[in-house]
Amino acid sequence: MLRWLIGGGREPQGLAEKSSVQTVGEEQTRNPYTELLVLKGHQDIVRFLVQIDDCRFASAGDDGIVCLWNAQTGEKLFELHGHTHKITAIAPFSSSDAFEEKRHLIITASADRTVIVWDCTSGRQVQKVSCFHSTVKCLTVLQRLDVWLSGGSDLCVWNRKLDLLCKTSHLTDAVIFRLTDSNNESEGWNVLEVKRLVDHQDNILSLVSVNDLTFVTGSHVGELIVWDALDWTKQASECNFWDSSVHPDVQPEIKLSQSPSETSVQHLTSDEEYVFAAVGKGIYVYNLQMKCVIACQRTAHDSSVLHIEKLPNRQLISCSEDGSVRIWELREKQQLPAEPVPTGFFNMWGFGRANKQANQAAKKMQENTPMYFLELVGDLIGHSSAVQMFLYFGELGLATCSADHLIILWKDGERESSLRSLTLFQKLAQNGDLQLKL
Amino acid sequence: MISAPDVVAFTREEELEDDLYREPPLPEEYSVPLFPFAGHGANPWAKVAGSKFTRDFILISEFSEQVGPQPLLTIPDDAKVSGTFDLNYFSLRIMSVDYQASFVGHPPGSAYPKLNFVEDSKVVLGDSKEGAFAYVHHLTLYDLEARGFVRPFCMAYISADEHKIMQQFQELSAEFSKASECLKTGNRKAFANELEKKLKDLDYTRTVLHNETEAQKRANDKGYYTTQAIEKANELASVEKSIIEHQDLLRQIRSYPYRKLKESEFHPYEPECALGRADAGCDQDPAPSDPAEPGEMHLYTHIPSYTPKLIKAKSAKCFDKKLKTLEELCDVYFFTQTLDQLHHIERTFRGDVCYLLTEQISRALLKQQSVTNFLFEDVSFLDEKPPEKQYRGCQGLGQDAMDGKCLEESLTPKVVVSLGSYKSSVECVPIKMEQEMEDSEEPKMSESVTSEAQENLDYLDADIKGSISSGESIEVLGTEKSGSGLTKSESQASLPVMPSPQAGRSKVGSRRTVSEDSIEVLSTCPSESLIPEDFKASYPSAINEEPYTDNYADNDDEHGLRFAPRLSPGVADEQDDVSKQESLVQVDAACCIGKESPNFLEPLPELGQKPCEEDGVVRIPPQPYRAAEQGLRGGFPAQDGVPGGLLPYELDSRYLSGSREVSKSSLDECSDSTSYISSAASTCSDRTPSPAHPACQAGERHRKRAGQNALRFIRQYPFAHPAIYSLLSGRTLVVLGEDEAMVKKLVTALSIFVPNCGMYTKPVKHWVTSPLHLVDFQKWKLIGLQRTVSPAGVNVLHALSRYSRYLSILDADSKTLRCPLYKGTVVARLADHRTQIKRGSTYYMHVQSILTQLCSKAFLFTFCHHLHLPISEREPEESVVNRRMNFLKLQLGLANEDVKIVQYLAELLKLHYIQEPGRGGSPLLRFDYVPSFLYKI
Repeated sequence: MLRWLIGGGREPQGLAEKSSVQTVGEEQTRNPYTELLVLKGHQDIVRFLVQIDDCRFASAGDDGIVCLWNAQTGEKLFELHGHTHKITAIAPFSSSDAFEEKRHLIITASADRTVIVWDCTSGRQVQKVSCFHSTVKCLTVLQRLDVWLSGGSDLCVWNRKLDLLCKTSHLTDAVIFRLTDSNNESEGWNVLEVKRLVDHQDNILSLVSVNDLTFVTGSHVGELIVWDALDWTKQASECNFWDSSVHPDVQPEIKLSQSPSETSVQHLTSDEEYVFAAVGKGIYVYNLQMKCVIACQRTAHDSSVLHIEKLPNRQLISCSEDGSVRIWELREKQQLPAEPVPTGFFNMWGFGRANKQANQAAKKMQENTPMYFLELVGDLIGHSSAVQMFLYFGELGLATCSADHLIILWKDGERESSLRSLTLFQKLAQNGDLQLKL
Repeated sequence: MISAPDVVAFTREEELEDDLYREPPLPEEYSVPLFPFAGHGANPWAKVAGSKFTRDFILISEFSEQVGPQPLLTIPDDAKVSGTFDLNYFSLRIMSVDYQASFVGHPPGSAYPKLNFVEDSKVVLGDSKEGAFAYVHHLTLYDLEARGFVRPFCMAYISADEHKIMQQFQELSAEFSKASECLKTGNRKAFANELEKKLKDLDYTRTVLHNETEAQKRANDKGYYTTQAIEKANELASVEKSIIEHQDLLRQIRSYPYRKLKESEFHPYEPECALGRADAGCDQDPAPSDPAEPGEMHLYTHIPSYTPKLIKAKSAKCFDKKLKTLEELCDVYFFTQTLDQLHHIERTFRGDVCYLLTEQISRALLKQQSVTNFLFEDVSFLDEKPPEKQYRGCQGLGQDAMDGKCLEESLTPKVVVSLGSYKSSVECVPIKMEQEMEDSEEPKMSESVTSEAQENLDYLDADIKGSISSGESIEVLGTEKSGSGLTKSESQASLPVMPSPQAGRSKVGSRRTVSEDSIEVLSTCPSESLIPEDFKASYPSAINEEPYTDNYADNDDEHGLRFAPRLSPGVADEQDDVSKQESLVQVDAACCIGKESPNFLEPLPELGQKPCEEDGVVRIPPQPYRAAEQGLRGGFPAQDGVPGGLLPYELDSRYLSGSREVSKSSLDECSDSTSYISSAASTCSDRTPSPAHPACQAGERHRKRAGQNALRFIRQYPFAHPAIYSLLSGRTLVVLGEDEAMVKKLVTALSIFVPNCGMYTKPVKHWVTSPLHLVDFQKWKLIGLQRTVSPAGVNVLHALSRYSRYLSILDADSKTLRCPLYKGTVVARLADHRTQIKRGSTYYMHVQSILTQLCSKAFLFTFCHHLHLPISEREPEESVVNRRMNFLKLQLGLANEDVKIVQYLAELLKLHYIQEPGRGGSPLLRFDYVPSFLYKI
């Protein structure tokens, strides 16, 4: 039903054919997002979304504009102009509670080699730093030290007043840069190279700190390494968990089709228990305790997954270059393990016809773990191009940004409707119109 | 549109009383009395037979000082219109009742000639021999060469239908006042211009004479004056006097508006004050338009081309002199504006009076429904609003000041911006006043508008019994001096001050009052936009649409009437299937109306009383006016050959509702024999097919076409129901096809089902060739999409399949539809493929009535507090949800997917209501995750 043949089958079958990806169908009872707002403001790819407070967020992208939005109404609060090139990093920087009133700042770095600090309340530029030798590619705020760091070809540490506290020498190795980045807290404004972690064989694309003791990195070739944050040792590594060696039942020729880009660890997210990795087109759930992948969705999307996030309710949201956002739920598997898996994989890789079985086949279990699988709960289709990032606002909904220059606010239609009713009756009461009805 | 064909007839028959008693009564306007004359084989429209002209027209006549009364032009300017009607004779008639005192020349005690700023008089005339009745609007224009500088003119709206003139008196008066003010302003301008030239001439003459005298003096060394010299000196003196006189005239004409304003403020005693203020009121209007004046000065001072002429001492005042034509008397711009306005009037009042009345009432009621009316009403109707405001505002302006003291009533905002576009500079003081008044007074306006209908009743209820003897060929049925009194100093003595019917007028609210200078309105809003647009479909032309069917017969028998059935055929057909639903629905609808009706009835007494309380003069309705109404009452039965003696009230309401009934019959497009005849007869007063205002016509045509196409669509496509359901539930429907014309036709057809999201345009896009984006679905709810075989076409299709969850897709080429399932009942009533409706406009109205029902349900749903919010603090959300669903299903009688329609409409209502007025509000896209199905023929 989903693939309705428009125009009596005259056009190429291509678009109806290529679904190796699990689909959820048109009825998505557990997908709460039944209302959307398209926010227009950017003229180029929107790459970043950061949350400022409970109901505001900022977006930034290749057009060098930073927009501040109200997540409830979709109203554009400010459009911040200041960068002449595309924005490469953005970080919120809320003043700590020590100050009399909470001040919301955001820091943006751009390819024009400047960093600007903005005030979110007034929409004004607070300060601008332009003494960089290279583009700042990364910004990190260390809230408890009230400092922020910028990373490009070198690493600088700044305090709130934008005094340069210290900087490192020229960095070339991304590994080091990233690690020091998250580990230089107690150095007394002196960045020292603590340790160079050289276990990755390729560029590290993603890093997530699980807790104070652990962090996880992922690289372009698909290595996932769990590190001990205290002694800098490798606790575990999963170097090719996309591989048939982990899942011996996968046909060997499949591996041939996998280019590195399909195995790179694009993004990592974690809660205490699991690390969720966006690897290529797939999503993998890695159990830290058991040090193994407990569930995966090998082709969660039609193309690379760019961002994933864990929601409080055991749900996982992923967005991808194919322009879709999908909502997954991590569930314990009910079925018996003795399932005709191989045919399923066959289907999954597009060798067979896509059919209902793909759904079950996609669930992957590990032999010795409680069986989990990622169930597709719903998908959000709206963007016409790669969805770069999304921001989960809890009840307020979900903001997604995309290469089609748009930001879409997805909302729970039911909730919005009742909110509107509430507003309506408030307004009625205000206008005194309620009196007539009595 | 409030034209519900399935509104239950509310008859006055006693035996029916009980049955209907329990239901809330319908508003008075919708009550349908039994037609009392049925037995005579007559029909109520056959009364006017004797008229010699085919349709209503406007006649402009002049009382020429040379040849006496003469017709100048008719609108429409077509010899066929007036037919054998003797215009010359009628001109004589209408000009001979000129109530203006054309008092001119040197008033005693004044050294210089004074201009009289005479107010227009408004008279209703009847000539029963000719079968012509006319609203006559007298006005005076200034002409330097005319006797006493004045040229009396009149504009007359001539109709064969006396009732039309009487019923529409206020409206006619308002419209003609606008035209008159426009003409007069133009004339003042031209007159001032003329004076300027004359002054230049005089100045030049004086110089010449002076030089000659000097030369003579010098040449004359004999020490005595020659007769020549004395003559010259006299001549010079007279020229100088003439200059002073003319300067004075120029000053008068220029200061015209201001002067009155000032004078009025000094009036010491009360009634005068009221009048005076009234004056001030009307003068404020000129003031903004007066911009003309300062502007004029600029204009003439910059006219370099004029070369002064020498003026002969005795200018020949003889009959061979050619008088200026009307065009020459008036500034060109204003003249064309006036003509436009007159054309506009002609178009507005074309047609049968019952149609006009119904239309006015419905429009007024509709306007009142500000919460829901944006959903399905014509864009044109909504567009009409701003001009309507202007229009009211401009009258309001007049009334504002008039009422300023005695009535704390109401006027509407005027669109101030409009003044800016006026071509000459704008005076700012009065504008400011408008702005101040803007806010507070709007709400009442709308109410007062609606009271019109009642007002008519009021007049008829008037206790004075008087009837018009129709033996005389001309009767002055009513006079009205235009809303303002006279300036005390000048004209009072000479003019009989008729008690002006301000009480009546204020009752009507400011909607149809005398407008004063309304030029700015005329000049800025093209007259098209002034035209009320909707409901034109109920014009008599809509009658005869349907062949006679048994359905009607049945219905007719039930009611013992020969009027049209009250249920439209479609509904009638459907009745068996959904009778249960239907009854529920009807109760609801009635209930709705019942609830609302007090609202619009309420303002009436209020408005009516106000003048009485404070102003002794104004509150007394003018005698003649009442008499006129009385005459109408008396005349009606007589002409219909029905014994009189009915109580006035009965008769009136009968008449009123009778007229409504007629329109209803047209609405129901019955063409049983009675209404066939009647429609033919009813056009006695106007045999033109339809109001032919361009915009209006366009709207009408569009509606007809859309209706026709929609009819074809529902007959041709068995899956019309789910398609319409998609539109009603806010799911974008894409019509896909190769042939642009075909796609556009389908889109047009379906567009009548698309609810509006805001006040702006229908969310319909007729033709798109590029791939669709999400934003498009936010903006458009109905899209015509091109299918091509090119690679670009693949993208288009790809986008379609990608966004398929937001879309219903109607493939016009392969005749398939992909959309969610529909199992409700509303759409089945809306689009029954077995419908007997044949005509597009009729079907359109049928659709509108059902949509109106839906709107009222959505309204109820939206504004029921407990359906959305918990009654008590602790009430769980689920119980509210349950209550909501129960209400939708049980109270509103909605089945299955119909719930979604109402929910969607309710959502739109909410959005509309809570929207900040200034902000457009970002459009939402709401959708459901529901499976779609593929329908094929």
